[in-house]
Amino acid sequence: MNTLIEIRDLSKVYERGRQKVEVLHHINLDIAQGDFLALMGPSGSGKTTLLNLIGGLDTPTGGSIGVAGQRLDQMGAGALARWRASHVGFVFQFYNLMPMLSAQRNVELPLLLTKLSAAQRKKNATIALQLVGLADRASHKPGELSGGQQQRVAIARAIVSDPTLLVCDEPTGDLDRQSAEEVLGLLRTLNREHGKTIVMVTHDPKAAEYANHTLHLDKGTLVEQAAA
Amino acid sequence: MKYLHLIWAALFRRKARTILTLVSIVAAFLLFGMLDAVRTSFDQAGQSANGAQRLQTGSRLSFIQTLPQSLEAQIAQVPGVKMVTYANWFGGAYQDPHNQVFSFAVEPNYIDLYPEIEVSPAERKAFDETRTGALVGEKLAQRFHWKVGDKIPMQSTIFPNREGSKNWTFDIVGIMHSKDKKAGGFYDQMFLLHWKYFDETTPYNRGQVGWYVTRVADVNQADRVARAIDAISANSDHETRTQTEQAATASWMKQLADIGLIVGSIMGAVFFTLVLLSGNTMMQAVRERTSELAVLKTIGFSSASVLAMVLAESVLLLLLGGLIGLGLAALIIPAVSAGSGGMLNLPGVGAGSWLLGLLLMVAIGLLVGALPALRAMRLNIVDALAGR
Ligand SMILES: Nc1ncnc2c1ncn2[C@@H]1O[C@H](COP(=O)(O)OP(=O)(O)OP(=O)(O)O)[C@@H](O)[C@H]1O
Ligand SMILES: [Mg+2]
Repeated sequence: MNTLIEIRDLSKVYERGRQKVEVLHHINLDIAQGDFLALMGPSGSGKTTLLNLIGGLDTPTGGSIGVAGQRLDQMGAGALARWRASHVGFVFQFYNLMPMLSAQRNVELPLLLTKLSAAQRKKNATIALQLVGLADRASHKPGELSGGQQQRVAIARAIVSDPTLLVCDEPTGDLDRQSAEEVLGLLRTLNREHGKTIVMVTHDPKAAEYANHTLHLDKGTLVEQAAA
Repeated sequence: MKYLHLIWAALFRRKARTILTLVSIVAAFLLFGMLDAVRTSFDQAGQSANGAQRLQTGSRLSFIQTLPQSLEAQIAQVPGVKMVTYANWFGGAYQDPHNQVFSFAVEPNYIDLYPEIEVSPAERKAFDETRTGALVGEKLAQRFHWKVGDKIPMQSTIFPNREGSKNWTFDIVGIMHSKDKKAGGFYDQMFLLHWKYFDETTPYNRGQVGWYVTRVADVNQADRVARAIDAISANSDHETRTQTEQAATASWMKQLADIGLIVGSIMGAVFFTLVLLSGNTMMQAVRERTSELAVLKTIGFSSASVLAMVLAESVLLLLLGGLIGLGLAALIIPAVSAGSGGMLNLPGVGAGSWLLGLLLMVAIGLLVGALPALRAMRLNIVDALAGR
C-alpha cells in the first residue's frame, strides 16, 4: 500500500511563559493510504497535538510531516488553510456545528470555499447527508438533533468536499453506546467503501476495534504494543 | 455574497441583544436625520434667487443697534441699487407673551422687494392707506383665526406706546401668501405693520431704522454695491455692515445659536455612545463565537475572510439600524413640519443627509468591527478548539 502520511522526527514544544513543555518527542510514523488508524493513550499524552499536526491545524517545532508528498511543516498559515480546505475533513468530540445554520447549511460550509454553484453545493450537501442517513433532517438546526445525529452531520460536513483524509478527535467521546456504534460504523464504511484514510483519537478500546490497527502514545512518544 | 447567510445568522445569533443594539442605532440615526434636517434648513435660509438679489444693511456693531432713517436717500443714490426699504423689529406677541410673532415695522414698499410674497392689489392698497393697518401671513392668520377687518390687540415685548403701555392695536387689512411654499415658512408667519405708525407711537424710536434692505439690479454687482453702501457711513457713529440676505441670515442665526456646532456636539455625543454600545455588542458576539470561528478556520476559511466576515457583520448591523432610523426620520419630518403649522419648515432628509448618514454607518461599522475582527483573525485554531 502507498504511504499517505510520512512523519519523521516530529517534535512539538509549547512554551508556557518561560517554561517549555515538549509535548511530542521525535515521532516517526507512516500511515498508508486507505488506513484506519486509532490513536490511544492517557490524557495529556499528546494525541490531540499529533492529530492537529497531521490535519495541518498546527505546525511542528521540529521534524517533518508530509501528506501525499506535500510538506505541511514548510507551509505558511494561508497555504495550510487552502490545503485543509481540499484535503482533510475534521470531526470533533463536541461536533462543533454552527448552531444558527440548518444541517444542510452546515454541511455546505466547506463548499463555500470552492467554485461550485449554489445548486451544486446544495446537491453535494444533500448527497453527503444521504450518506450519513440524515437526508430527512436537512432543514433541522443542530439544537433539534440528538448528539449522534449532530455527529453524523459533522461527518457529512467533513466528507462533503471529498477529502482523502479524515481526522477525528474522540468522535464518540460524548455519545452513548448505540450512537457511538452508528458513528463508528459510518466511519468504517467511509474507510472501506469510499477509501478514506482515517486517523482517530479515542479513549475507548471498543471504538479502537473499528480501526484496522491501534497505536499508543505515552508522554509524547509512540510505544510499541501488541495489537489488542 | 455567498457568505451573506453566514453573516446574517451570526448577527441574529443572540436576537434580544442584537435587537436592543439595533434599536439604539435606529434611535441615533433618527436623531441624526432630524437634526441634520434642522441644520440644512438653517443653512438654506435665505438661499433663493430673490434672496440673492437682496442686501441687508445693519449696524456694524450689533444687530440691536439702529441706524438713521436719513440713510435711505443716500443708499438709493448708490449705482446698481434698484430699490431700498427699511424695517424695525417690533417684538410682538399675541395674548400671551409666549405667542411670539415675527413682527416688523416696515416702510410700505417693503413687500415690493419681496416678489415671493403675494398680496392682492386691493389689500395692498388698504395697507398703504391704513395707518394702523397690518398685513399678516396666511399661516399666522390661521393660527390665531384672524381675518381681514379684525381689530386685534398686540403686545410688544420691547416697545411701549406713548401712554407707556405695551398694548398696541392693529387693523388687519390683508393676508400675505408666499408663492414659494418651500422657502415660504417664514413669510407665512410674518406680521407687518407701518414703520410710520410705529415711529410716531413709541417714544423709544425717533427716526431710527433697524436695518435696510436693498434690491440690486444685477446679482453680480452685489459685492460692489454692498461696499459702496458701507462706504457712506464709514467713520461715522453708525458704521454699517451690508451682506447678502443669505449671509445676513446666517450670521443673524449664528448670533442666536451656532446650529452646526450644536448639532455637531449632540451627534458627537450620541455617536460616541453608539460606538461604545455596538462595539461592546460586537466584542461579545465574537467572544462567544470563538469555537465557531475556529471551526471556520479549521475547514479552511482564511484569516482574511474571517476578518472580512466580522467587519461585514458589524457594518451590516449599522446599515440595518441606520437605514431604518433615517427612513423613520424621512417619514416623521414632514409630519413634524405639518404639525408645527408652518413654524418649522424642515426640508426632509436630503440626498446630502442620506450620503453623510451612509458614510457614518459604514465608518462606525468598520470602527466598531475592527477590534473584534482582528481578534477573530488572530484566533489560534488549536487553542480555540481546546477552549483555551
Ligand atoms: N497550546 C498549548 N499550550 C500549552 N500547552 C499545551 C498546548 N496544547 C497542548 N498542551 C499540553 O500538551 C500536552 C498534551 O496535550 P494534548 O491535548 O495533545 O493531550 P491529549 O492526549 O489529547 O489529552 P486528552 O486525552 O486529555 O485530550 C498537555 O499537557 C497539554 O497541557
Ligand atoms: Mg485530546
